[in-house]
Amino acid sequence: MASEPPLLTMSGITKSFPGVRALDGVDLDVQAGEVHCLLGQNGAGKSTLIKVLAGAHQPDTGTIHWRGEAVTLRSPIAAMRLGIATIYQELDLVEHLSVAENVHLGHEPTAAGFVVRGKAARASTARLLKRLGHPEIDPARLVGELSAAQQQIVSMARALSHDVRLIVMDEPSAALDPDEVDNLFRIVGDLTADGVAVVYISHRLEEIRRIGDRVTVLKDGRAVAGGLPAKTTPTREVVALMTGRNVEYVFPERPTRDVTAGKPLLEVRGLAREGEFEPLDLTVRPGEIVGLAGLVGSGRSEILETVYGARKPTAGQVLVDGQALRPGSVRAAVRAGLGLAPEERKAQALLMLESVTRNVSVSSMSRFSRGGWIDRTAELRAARAATRELSLRPDNPSVPVRTLSGGNQQKAVLARWLLRGCRVLLLDEPTRGVDVGARAELYAVVRRLADEGLAVLLVSSEVPEVLGLADRVLVLREGRVVHTAPTRELDEHRVLDLVMEGSPAS
Amino acid sequence: MTQHASPPRDSTGKVPSAGEPPAWRGLMARADVRTLSLLGVLAVLILIGGITKPDEFLDTRNLQLVLTQASVIGVVTVGMTFVITSGGIDLSVGAIVALASVWATTVATQEYGFGGILFTAVIVGVGCGLVNGMLIAYGAMVPFIATLAMLASARGLALQITDGKTQIVTVPSVLDLGERDAYVLGIPPLVMVFAVVTIIGWLILNRTTFGRRTVAVGGNAEAARLAGIDVRRQRLYLYLLSGLCCGIAAFLLIVLSGSGQNTNGNLYELDAIAAAIIGGTLLSGGRGTITGSVLGVLVFTTITNIFALNNLQSDVQQIAKGAIIVAAVLVQRRTASTT
Repeated sequence: MASEPPLLTMSGITKSFPGVRALDGVDLDVQAGEVHCLLGQNGAGKSTLIKVLAGAHQPDTGTIHWRGEAVTLRSPIAAMRLGIATIYQELDLVEHLSVAENVHLGHEPTAAGFVVRGKAARASTARLLKRLGHPEIDPARLVGELSAAQQQIVSMARALSHDVRLIVMDEPSAALDPDEVDNLFRIVGDLTADGVAVVYISHRLEEIRRIGDRVTVLKDGRAVAGGLPAKTTPTREVVALMTGRNVEYVFPERPTRDVTAGKPLLEVRGLAREGEFEPLDLTVRPGEIVGLAGLVGSGRSEILETVYGARKPTAGQVLVDGQALRPGSVRAAVRAGLGLAPEERKAQALLMLESVTRNVSVSSMSRFSRGGWIDRTAELRAARAATRELSLRPDNPSVPVRTLSGGNQQKAVLARWLLRGCRVLLLDEPTRGVDVGARAELYAVVRRLADEGLAVLLVSSEVPEVLGLADRVLVLREGRVVHTAPTRELDEHRVLDLVMEGSPAS
Repeated sequence: MTQHASPPRDSTGKVPSAGEPPAWRGLMARADVRTLSLLGVLAVLILIGGITKPDEFLDTRNLQLVLTQASVIGVVTVGMTFVITSGGIDLSVGAIVALASVWATTVATQEYGFGGILFTAVIVGVGCGLVNGMLIAYGAMVPFIATLAMLASARGLALQITDGKTQIVTVPSVLDLGERDAYVLGIPPLVMVFAVVTIIGWLILNRTTFGRRTVAVGGNAEAARLAGIDVRRQRLYLYLLSGLCCGIAAFLLIVLSGSGQNTNGNLYELDAIAAAIIGGTLLSGGRGTITGSVLGVLVFTTITNIFALNNLQSDVQQIAKGAIIVAAVLVQRRTASTT
């Protein structure tokens, strides 16, 4: 295999978005017929890399060689023509079309150039499904009626309906039962036996051991290790590569006083949402930072949003200062002093067309308005004070919020709640999309807010962040708290073990 | 916009801003470019009108007529601007104007005189807006569908009330409002109403919490909800506001035409949407400008007038309107993407 040129070579790929450098010189080479695993924590750049490979993102710099020739993947269609197919985590199927129509979408077998030959499409779809070990899926059925696992098979059938040489699978096992995972692995085995290369993304180390040939580890937009043997590299080394800090995280010192003594400010009793997370109890005291650690899909964000009233719980209560909040009401939560910095800052928190001032003032407009009339001088003054307190840069709240870096956008969200006078801060992945340098400052801000008496509930998939910041940690797996402990009794490996336990192959 | 953090960086997270002009200046300039370009178009139109029909176009009476015609659709457009800014759409405005104008001119209503006609027009408008708002805000209906249903129903009801006949207004005080005697310093009262609605609309959108909430809901409804804004109530109020504007416009139309007809307000929805869009209000919501909308209305009304003066048929007019909409949106796209 080594004598031939690699099927795919990506070198020096960089890709920046406003405020973040998602990829910072990534190299990746993939041989025909191998399963090449991509590992990395959230935000390491995996998704961006596969989008570049799929032609969905154009890299800023770097080169891509395909079977020895330099290529530009101008569009998803261009990538597909070369034989690169991508199966995204969020499946991109059209629910209202049949299985066969989905599989042949964009390249329907036709007669006379435009009449779709439905029968031929169904027949070839049936063949593909059989090859994938799912002959029971009827090509004529609507995709919307299928289970998640079956939809994934359809997605794979679509990839195979092209003359495919490389398949990228983004966390394909996330939605699957153990026996379905076995079938997936069998399919991967068949594909590679035919000489097709698979780029496989997963959080589950055990899966990578089972089917992977080589591993590339991404961290902070860089490939920190390329082409390690998947079966023999010790877990410890892989975890160390994933978590090892190139830039040391600087966490603020914990206060010496005992924060566990006070009366709880936020109390969650038996809160649950069916299908998302199981009954949960937790308390946060003023000055305390409580962390929720867990992987994507462990129910972290759902819990936070339910506490905040953005989702309606199926059971349980949220109490602030002993007063129960009306369930499922964001306004009740905000009135009681809760504030949320959501995971998807741009989609869930910021008004991207607006200035920093307006983003900061949006939750406290009544403070500087009389009879609905806004005192804009007072508004600007208040926004300036709140943003200065967090040293938001640039020091000019009139700039549009979209021109800010990720870290400063997050500060704008925090300033909003600071101005509102919020007492309980819910932070969902507060450093997502924030570059390493700016993180330390955000950590310091969060700690200072806690020291000033705020209760902070922190969700993060980055274990060091939870350990570095929180006073107490709840470890979540699949919607359930599997461990609760003061931070000093935990370390990164212990938490990662707890978080990853229960993967099908373990 | 090109500032990206290249880690590792100093721990302050400072974004270097030297060398680049502050972004807000660009934003201001862009807002100005938009308004200025519309003013430019208007100036060119006036020039064309002045050259092709120097005596007729620049005649005071003609200018008064243009402004009066702009008033009815203008008031509707102010309401529409709010709805579009919030990310919604109101297709029922023309039908509401029709329904309000015929309801306010029935024989029974006219017995109550000036106040009865004005009150009925406004109440019918607000009532239709309330139905729209309830369906959209609390019935979770898509604005397009809810207001399309209102369009059909209101037109139908208007036809039922009039039986297709024109209802002549016999209340002198209403008719007097449209006469030259009522003009103050040469300005028709209808135009004054338009001016007042415009100013109030501008103040509400730019200076009040209501305006802020409107922009927030349109810019990012989910973010607005999570920031503690009652998004549904805001949506309800917005369609009420649009209905109110339709009611006022219906009254203006009654004064202007001296009658109520079920065919009134035909295609107002398209004219109002077009005016708002060429004015710079984003159809996707989150940015709205009353000034732009009013300029948009004036541009369209002036075109109609010039074409009429030059005896050009309405088909040519329609083509010109379409071309202007496309040109305006292309220009906006360009100015929006140059940052």
